[in-house]
Amino acid sequence: MLSRTAAQLYWIGRYVERAEFTARLLEATLRLDALSARPAGQVAWESALRVTACDKRYKATGLPVDPQSVAGYLTLAPENPNSIRSCLDAARSNAKSVRTALTRDAWEAINRAWLGLRGLATTGGYEETLALTAMIRAETRGFEGALNHMLRNEAYHFIGLGAAIERADNTARLIDVKYHLLLPEGEKVGGVIDRDQWTTILHTVSANTAYRWLYREGLKPWLVADMLILRSEVPRSLAGAIEEAVQHLAYIGKRLGRQGEADRLARRCQTTLSRTSIDAVFGQGLHEYLEAFVVEASQIDRAIGQQFRFA
Amino acid sequence: MRDAFDEVWGTGGDRTGRPGFTELAGWIANTPLHELDRRQKAAEAAFRQLGITFAVYGEEESAERIIPFDIVPRIFTHNEWERLKAGLVQRVEAINAFLGDVYGKQQIIADGVVPAELVLANAQFRGFLHGQKPPHGVFAHICGIDLVRTGPDDFFVLEDNARTPSGVSYMLENREAMLRLCPEIFHRFPVCPVDRYPDQLRDTLRSVAPRGSGSEPVCVLLTPGHFNSAFYEHSFLADSMGIELVEAADLEVDDDVVWMRTIDGRVRVDVIYRRIDDDYIDPLVFRPDSLLGVPGLIAAYRAGNVALVNAPGTGIADDKAIYSYMPEIVKYYSGEDVKLPNVETYRCREPEALQYTLDHLDQLVVKLVDGSGGYGMLVGPTATRKQIEDFRAALIAEPQRYIAQPTLALSTVPTLTDKGVAPRHVDFRPFVLTGAEGVHIVPGGLTRVALIEGSLVVNSSQGGGTKDSLILSDVTQYQSQGPDGQTQRQS
Repeated sequence: MLSRTAAQLYWIGRYVERAEFTARLLEATLRLDALSARPAGQVAWESALRVTACDKRYKATGLPVDPQSVAGYLTLAPENPNSIRSCLDAARSNAKSVRTALTRDAWEAINRAWLGLRGLATTGGYEETLALTAMIRAETRGFEGALNHMLRNEAYHFIGLGAAIERADNTARLIDVKYHLLLPEGEKVGGVIDRDQWTTILHTVSANTAYRWLYREGLKPWLVADMLILRSEVPRSLAGAIEEAVQHLAYIGKRLGRQGEADRLARRCQTTLSRTSIDAVFGQGLHEYLEAFVVEASQIDRAIGQQFRFA
Repeated sequence: MRDAFDEVWGTGGDRTGRPGFTELAGWIANTPLHELDRRQKAAEAAFRQLGITFAVYGEEESAERIIPFDIVPRIFTHNEWERLKAGLVQRVEAINAFLGDVYGKQQIIADGVVPAELVLANAQFRGFLHGQKPPHGVFAHICGIDLVRTGPDDFFVLEDNARTPSGVSYMLENREAMLRLCPEIFHRFPVCPVDRYPDQLRDTLRSVAPRGSGSEPVCVLLTPGHFNSAFYEHSFLADSMGIELVEAADLEVDDDVVWMRTIDGRVRVDVIYRRIDDDYIDPLVFRPDSLLGVPGLIAAYRAGNVALVNAPGTGIADDKAIYSYMPEIVKYYSGEDVKLPNVETYRCREPEALQYTLDHLDQLVVKLVDGSGGYGMLVGPTATRKQIEDFRAALIAEPQRYIAQPTLALSTVPTLTDKGVAPRHVDFRPFVLTGAEGVHIVPGGLTRVALIEGSLVVNSSQGGGTKDSLILSDVTQYQSQGPDGQTQRQS
């Protein structure tokens, strides 16, 4: 496979995953905003900007931090390189030039998602925004479905690899929000707002039911963290995403007959995760732990680029 | 122009159809308009969804458009096609013989059949490739020959495209759409399939691999990238042939050998189906300002280490000045008269032709020999007084740069319009493949249709559309028409 093709496939995986994550985050933020009887709203929108690493750029636009402006910025703004529109533009542009490596279904799924956003100028109100995020989620699910019908060849594994790395990064950022989402004065840890916030995080990664299955007890913040960081059976957990990355890399390595630095780094990350306990994470400090993880994920990303000559 | 020949209805007001076309005329008459309209919209929606688009340069908003598709097919009878096929084979064989000669012994020039300066001083003649024989001697592996028709037996070649002809993806996708949306047509008519084209193209590419390439030559399709207007076609073809679609940056030349960069290191390339013009393939030889090309590619080609499809320098064969000599060229190499005649052409470099052209400017189409895409063209009947006088001056100053042709009454084919099914002018581009083992033509081609009433301009950038082109297979293989008027397939 051409190095350029591999790089473009990898980034298709990342961009589509990022678009989906942003849609989920938006949905969760709307939910948090609506559920909170107290004025948690603005904090929720601020944290959404922070998770997507858009906070600084958003501030520079001078727009107010209100639901409509932030939702517009995260979904449709062409000037925001991480907006859903920008992600889908980039994914489609890549998909177009590597069409030969994609199935017709996979290409159509991306093209349809892109077409769906093309005519939109504003997100509209609450309901329209929800409908938009539902549409994005359905389209990206369609893409994942189409991927499942691809040959299990390098193309499949490079897209999966990109998606896995992006997912690990996103989930780490998401849990870290909890660090920034300070509780209003007088609120207790484990109180109503705290619970709302953790529930929302679970909701974002579609894991509220999974939580009940895995833990069979009430919502405990450290258990949510345990699940989203260390439980590899949860697809969006850090452990789950890294395991997937390791598998994709191993497959590609097998096809090429050799492995490299990216394999080594990813396996090391996987091993560390499997040996970590949630107590140790909280002992180190959740925020510090997650920051270190995001750095590690970006090292793996760089190593992938070097190993397969992306540049 | 008003009495243009209609391929289904003939001339005159009778709409029951010419002999052989009553069946199609019946289908058109009996399919409700709203039903045709619905299917046409479904086809276009499918094209949009598949991304079968072409880019229009300089149009930001509609950077991607689909080419309008017309649901009413165009039909060639078996006999019509056999005649065309014989003419196409003869013509393309002559084109390759001509190219081999002008880049070799130049016998045709020595024998005075084609004037020397027309070849040697031509901008399309790559003098530095003189003496260069491409692998297996094939220059123009893929030719798109533009044909027009003016009457039941009157087909003419309008243009020979021997560089990088496009449109074959529409031939294939239009057929897919018709099979899905109008299956009953294929029950009624014994239509020859076109879907073998990608296999034949791949076989053609493989057959011209340089000797010593091994049993599995590595073939790639070289595209300028996804901003190119024909990119859809490039990716479609690479995909259906199962070969890599590469951009120049994916290739590198080392010691006159072409390699592509892959995740597993470098892979040697044997055959490049290039969809980039000569001018852009190698910045060391052609345009140093272009980033599209692969430095050293021409040196690798000259060393005989890679086949370029079509070979560089084929532009001399489809040049408009050379075109006017094509009947003589065919005669020279095949010993036969040309089976597919040219549109009558006046070479303004010849005094008599120049005089005729100057006397009839308001009736003729005058073209720059090295112009393309409608540039440097005078359409006499619709030109202004000033345009005609400007052309007169230009013609007198440099007559050798121009040819002139009569404005033709192109045939029409019934087409779905806002006001129902009505005749619209068409042309036709079949695709001719030449490999080491000879010439192949898939029974089909691209029919372009001018959607505007009376218009003769079929170009997609000018609002032209496309139709499926059905070639009927040999009727002797089928029973004659049954009592219900339907043609039945023999089992």
